[in-house]
Order: sequence, then structure tokens, then C-alpha cells
Amino acid sequence: MSTTELLSASFHAERRPEPIINDFSIQVATVNGSGSQTANNVLMRSIFQMGVPVSGKNLFPSNIAGLPTWFTIRASKYGWIGRKKEIDFLVAMNPETARDDVMGLEAGAAVVYDEPLKLNELRSDLYFYPVPFDKLTGPVCPEAKLRKLVRNMIYDGVLAHLLGIEMDQIQAALQKQFGARKAKAVELNWNAVKAGKAFAEANLAKIDPYRIERMDCNRGKFIIEGNAASALGAMFAGVTVVAWYPITPSTSMVESLMGYMRRFRVDPATGKPTFAIVQAEDELAAIGMVIGAGWAGARAMTATSGPGLSLMSEFAGLAYYTEVPAVILNVQRVGPSTGLPTRTQQGDVLVSAVLSHGDTKHPLLFPSSPEECFSMTGAAFDLAEQFQTPVFIMSDLDLGMNNWVSEPFEYPAEPMKRGKVLTKEDLDRLGGFARYQDVDGDGVGYRTLPGTAHLAAAYFTRGSGHNEKAQYSERGEDYVRNMDRLARKFESIRGVVPRPQIAVNPAARVGVVCYGTSRYAAEESRDQLRREYGMETSYLRIKAFPFSPDVKDFIAAHDRVYVIDQNRDGQMLGLMRLDLEPELCVKLRSVRHYDGLPVDARSVTDEIVKQEGL
Amino acid sequence: MSATTALPPKRTNRIGLEILPYKGGKTTLCAGCGHNAISERLVEAFFEMGVAPWDVAKFSGIGCSSKSPAYFLGASHGFNGVHGRAPAVATGALLANHKLMGIIVSGDGDTASIGLNHFMHTLRRNPPLIYIIENNGVYGLTKGQFSATADVGAKLKSGIVNELPPVDCCLLAVEMGATFVARSFSGDKKQLSAILKACIAHKGLSVVDVISPCVTFNDHEGSTKSYAYMKDHDEPLHEIDFVPSYEDMEVDIEEGEVIEIELHDHSRLRMKKIGREHDPTDKLAAVKLIHEAAESGLIPTGILYVDRERENFIDLLELGDTPLAHLPESATRPSREALETIMEELR
Repeated sequence: MSTTELLSASFHAERRPEPIINDFSIQVATVNGSGSQTANNVLMRSIFQMGVPVSGKNLFPSNIAGLPTWFTIRASKYGWIGRKKEIDFLVAMNPETARDDVMGLEAGAAVVYDEPLKLNELRSDLYFYPVPFDKLTGPVCPEAKLRKLVRNMIYDGVLAHLLGIEMDQIQAALQKQFGARKAKAVELNWNAVKAGKAFAEANLAKIDPYRIERMDCNRGKFIIEGNAASALGAMFAGVTVVAWYPITPSTSMVESLMGYMRRFRVDPATGKPTFAIVQAEDELAAIGMVIGAGWAGARAMTATSGPGLSLMSEFAGLAYYTEVPAVILNVQRVGPSTGLPTRTQQGDVLVSAVLSHGDTKHPLLFPSSPEECFSMTGAAFDLAEQFQTPVFIMSDLDLGMNNWVSEPFEYPAEPMKRGKVLTKEDLDRLGGFARYQDVDGDGVGYRTLPGTAHLAAAYFTRGSGHNEKAQYSERGEDYVRNMDRLARKFESIRGVVPRPQIAVNPAARVGVVCYGTSRYAAEESRDQLRREYGMETSYLRIKAFPFSPDVKDFIAAHDRVYVIDQNRDGQMLGLMRLDLEPELCVKLRSVRHYDGLPVDARSVTDEIVKQEGL
Repeated sequence: MSATTALPPKRTNRIGLEILPYKGGKTTLCAGCGHNAISERLVEAFFEMGVAPWDVAKFSGIGCSSKSPAYFLGASHGFNGVHGRAPAVATGALLANHKLMGIIVSGDGDTASIGLNHFMHTLRRNPPLIYIIENNGVYGLTKGQFSATADVGAKLKSGIVNELPPVDCCLLAVEMGATFVARSFSGDKKQLSAILKACIAHKGLSVVDVISPCVTFNDHEGSTKSYAYMKDHDEPLHEIDFVPSYEDMEVDIEEGEVIEIELHDHSRLRMKKIGREHDPTDKLAAVKLIHEAAESGLIPTGILYVDRERENFIDLLELGDTPLAHLPESATRPSREALETIMEELR
């Protein structure tokens, strides 16, 4: 007997495995453009409504229709919502990828598949559930052209039976998904769900261990994409001018913003919008308009991704050197060049920090959740205007384009910080001003806005060398004085950026540093290291660059510090090397993940274990 | 009889300002540069029209032309940004504050090469902006390479001859949506002044291509943008009288000779024919005129095209009276209840 046969025999002997409740991942493999997104979102929402911590990740191609796409849902009673490397429950709908999808599973996984694909013949160590999708779709969807879209809803019904997802919740999720106005669509899809459920009840005996059971973890929470959260952040931060150029994965931020602004930012008295959103001819013009608007006193922003960011480089340096506020949301995707436009990476950390030629430095904020997409967009506007400089919000595709279960957003507690702007009355009192003079010792000068009705209000903004009075100057002394003040300004920013989230374990010799979406893998990995290896770690999540002094203290307090990066070159670690003392940098170790999928805890754990020699 | 002689009162304009705030810093361009003459005309035009300098914002890119906003309207904010992209900055500033009167001073390299994309899309948008192209056919700051407006057959000092067809900024402007298009010559004081005043009165995108000879790199024999060449080939279409809205002046209409156009602020442009027949409200005629001129080797100057109907970009956006930059927080931050509503919808 071969090893496989042995395994197989023992596998099937064990017909009643221990139930695994609320701790597994489901992957649905479909074809792009087949309407599977609705079925998947309904599935995720149903689990959410049952109070179970859940996350959803859409792995999709750069294509409108026809190429394979996978949607992964993870339910975790422990609250681990990062990507799980192993798939426990597969729904194989795509004949093109079905074989690979099945072969990639670990023993003991379950597979719901389209019956004609005969996937059960491929392996004997999995739980297989054949479903004749086409036969079930016909009767519930008489209209042939809609069948492709409705077909996917069948598996929601099948999973309701197999996993124990409550039908009421699926129905409620469907209604939420389509809204009250699309009752017909709800009915059509609901019939498909019911057909799937009825078929499964009659024909599929539950043999796998995976189950969803009601919990109470989602009270007050809601489901939102990071990009929509960023849009809300911008709206409540009082953004008035948005200029942009469509690019995946940032596009949905602006589209979401347009929808919200039309609802909530039209002056009820006059019916006039309190904003302008302009689709520019390219990213150069987009950031140019943002800078023009910021210069004239508006809260202005753009949203972009890799290639767009590269195009904005020239203007980013102009804004830094002329000291004009701007907010740039960078929803990072996989580079270099066009790269993998629909996959995720934290690959723009270094380039964003120093975007443009010459000695240019920019503050960066690293949101890790929808709540932070919301709050940090507000913080970015305050920072940009207070410090008269472009501020980059470093989101990524995983955060921006996936659905997340979110804690409630906190309404901004404080008035907007609009920075040092002199009015006509100020000028009447002062008589005049020098635009780039460091009056307050924080490196930040006072500015006036064009349109200020005073003969002393004007100054000349230029990307060429200038002195304190904003006059053209090629004098070395003027240049150095100005650049030193800009460096001082950057140090002032260091003092006010969001501070890291820190959990120091006094018993730990090792620290784990993460940022943005790598937090989910980092947090779960610490748990794995503790449970599986008895290794205690401390934790620091970076929220901003320049790094607050806490980062230095954290590294100093530990022997080794693992920095988790979702890029090939360990870019955050590289940025830390630029910013920190050499004796601290020798303690830094790098954990890197860059295959285009969100980093998972197992990969982090394996790498730390390897480097620790455990 | 008084023992002292009173000084003659200083000349002020209709808003009570002397000319000083309309002047700029000392020019660093070459003596005799056409751009300096254009700056002088701008000083006069804004002073005489009584535009408050603090309501004006100046924009430019990179190049000799783009330095010139420092040499006029010293009491106006200015923004000398990056090469070819002043239109983006200017558009953004107008979105933030549509009460500003924006003026871009660009050059032929800035507009017709590196910034051509932005120029064309700005034409499509038609923001209320004055867009002056100081056109000398060469890159001055890098010492005399051809620009994209150089004519076929034009010769550099080094003897290199241009063989590529020129970009005609006026032709593009007419074609792609500018609502006021003129060509002039930096040496024609009267015509340029009238055109600039008309630009101030027009509430849309005004494009003025001003042939502005480069005395250092493109004023020699064989140049088609030299003073001498312009003297021989300039063909003024009409004598332009600009009658400002605030001057209640009766004018005699000479039948058949004069075309009169009322501008957005009710100022009037009276154009008395001196060159070939041209109706500046006729788009196709403007296109034809520019093509024919290119073939004949002459350079018709004057008002080429005026469209008073097309809405400008700010009007299209239907912004309210208060500039976006000056809206209070109460108008730009929705309520706590709004946030609650949104979150409840997502639950």
C-alpha cells in the first residue's frame, strides 16, 4: 500500500471528525464578471450578522470578464481576520482553475463543486459535495441571460445547509446588498439560495467538520471597504477640491466620495455643492490642481496608486519646497511599473517618503483599518495645513478594496486645524510679513491666500531658490537657511504625528514591528509564536513617518526586532535605517512577503522561527 | 498767492490706486526681450481697467517667459511652478477661489511641448483664465534650441534648419474650446493693449499667442520670429478699440467696416478692418484664416475667435458664491447625525 492510500483509508475511516466551529476559511473560485461578488458579499455579510468575526478578500485579475477570480472568507472566533494561508472549504465554480484549486488543498478540506467537473476523482483525502448548478439554476431563473449571475447564489444556499448559516441572515444580507428598490433582484436571488439549500438538505450529508455558529462579536460594527472609509474621512475632514485620474486600486475611493458628497455636501439653502471633484487629464494635472487649490486655501486632495504616484513626483517636490498643503491618498498595489495592478503590496514606502528629486521628505500615515482610513484622512488634512506640506496616506489594495468589519467611526472631536494663515486684519496690524520666516521656531512660516484684499498680502511662490521674503535667490546662505528650516519643520511634524500602537511584554527579548495591513498577520503570528514555541514578543505598530521617539525606545528595549514588510526589499526597515541611529539599526531583522496576496500569520511565524533558530 | 508750488497729483486709476502696485520687480530678462514689452502692457492693462491687484493670481511654468510674472503686478500673488503645468495649478486655484482673476504667462516650449497635454485639456475645460503664450520659437534659458512653434525652414544661429511643422497654439485653441483667441506681436503696443483689456473683460479661457522675439537666440537673418521678420510679415486684421463697460461712450458705427462684439462684462470690442475680411465669431473662418496664413507666410494678428455662449468650467460646476476655500467648517463638515446615518446604513 502506498502512503497516499494509507492516509486515504484512515481519512475515510474517521467519518466523524471533531467539529471546527468559527475557525476556518472558505474560498470561492469563480470567473471574473460572473456576478459572484454579490454571492460572496452576501455570504460574508450573513456570517457577520451572525456575530462572528469575519473578513473577506477578493483576489481578482486585471480584467473585466473572463479571467479567474477567488474570494476568501475567513471566520475566526479568536478575531484573527488576516488572510489564512490554508483553505479549509473550497467552492469550485471555475472549470479552468478547479484542478489546481483542489490539488492545492491540505488533507481534510471540504469541496463544493460543480458536478460535471468530477473533482472528487482527483483526491481521496477531502470531503466532496457535488452540486448540479445548471440543473438547479434553470427552474429558479427562467430568463436565460440572467442565469450566469444567479447561478452563484445557489452555493450560498448549499453553504447555508453545510455550514449552518442562518437563512434569515442570508435573506437580510441580500436585501442589504440590493437595497429596498430592487425587490425583484432580491426575489430572484433568494429563490436561487432556497433552491441550493433544498438541494443540499435532500442530497448532501454533512461529513466535514466546519461550522458557523452564532456569536456576539459584531454589535455596533458595520461592513465597509477601506476606500469608502477614506472617502468618508475626507468628507468629514472638509475636503473641498478633489482632482484625480482613475487608477486601480484608488478609483473606488473617489467614486465613493462622489456619491457621499452629492448626498451630504450640497448646501441646503442654495442647492450648490460645497466641493469640486475634477477628473484630470493625468496624474500630473491632478496633483497640480490639488496644489493650486491648496495654495489658494482649499482643503484639497488626490487619490492614486503606483504609476500615478511616480508621475506626481515632480509636483510633490514643488509642494514640499514651496510649502503648499496637499493630501495624497496612495492605495498601494504591486510594482514595479504596471506590476500586478490588482494585487496588494506595501511597495511605495521608500519612494513616498522622499518623492521627488533633491532633499525632499514627506510625512506618511499608515492606516491599518477602515477606522484609521477615516481618522487618518482627517489627520492628514490637519497636518498638511498646519505644516504647509504634502502628506501621504499609505493605504493598500487589501485595505482599500476589500470589505472589512469595522468598529464605529468617531466623529471628529476637534475643529479643523487650518494652520498659519494671515488675514487682511492681521496685515493691517502687522503691516507686512515674510512668507518663509520662522517666526515661531517650529519651522513653519505664515502664509496669505490669494484674494486677501491688502497691498501687502502678496508673495511670490516659486520652485526656484528663494529667501525668507520669497524673493528669488541663488545665494548659498539663503538656500541652506531655508533647507535647514524645512528640516526643522520636519522635526516639528515628528512631535505631532499619530504615535505607534505599542504592547511591550516585559518578558520578551524580541519585538515585532508592523504597519498598515501587516498588523493582522503580525498580531496572529505573535499568538502562534507564544502557543507553538513558547516565545513571547513585544509589539509596535507604526502609524506615521517621521517616526515618533517611541520607535527608538522600543528598539532600544529589545534584543532583536522583526520588521514585517509587504515588499521585497524591506522598505520600512530601510526607512528606519535612514531615520534611526546605527546602533539601533543593527537590531533590526526583516520579514518580507511580496507575492501579491496579503501577508498571512503562518508565513510570518515560519520566517521568525527560522531566523530565531527555534 | 501761496509760497509753495503744489506737486501735481499722482495719477490713480478708477479704484484709487497708483501704478506702483501694478508694477513688478526689475526684469532679469535680456534688454530688448519681447517679454518685457508684454509685461509693460499687462501693467497698463490691469492698471487702466482698475482691477484690484489682490484679486489677481499669476501662474507660470519654466522658461524665460515663466519668469515674467515676477515683473508685473507685484501686489498680486504669483506661483511659478513646474515646466508646462501652470494650467493645472491655475485651474486648482480657481476651483478653490473662483473670484480670483487668473493669468498664466507661458512660453512656446512650456505650452507647445512639455505642457501640450495640459494646454489642450485646459482648452476643453475653458476655465476663466487669461493664457498668454510668449512665443519666440526657441528655448532661451537652455541657449537657443528650437521649440515646437518654430516654422518649417526657420534657421538657428548655428545654421540648423527646422524641418518639422509647427504647433499653432491659436489653431488648437479655436479647435479645442477656448472662448477667446487672439494673436499679437510684442512690438504692437496698441493692439496688444486692446487685446489684453478684452481678455480681462472675457469670462472664459482667453488664449493670446504673442510673437515675442528673442533678441539673443532668435533675432537673426533666417529666423521667422525676429523683429525684422515680424515687421515684414505681421498682417494686422483690424484696428481694435476696446471700450470698457464703465465708460459710457457713444461710438459712431461705420457701416460694413467695423465688427463690434460685446464681451461678458459688457465692455465692447470694436474691430475696424484693415487686413483681410474676418469675422471673429465664426469658428470655421478662424480655422481657415490660420491655415491660409500659414500657407501665405503672413502672420495675421488681432482677434481670431470669440465665443460668448460656451459656459466656463466654473459655471459648469455650479459652485456657490462663497469660494470653496472660504467656506466655514459648518458648511464643509457634515453633522454627527450624518455620520450616524451612514454607519447605520452599512450595518
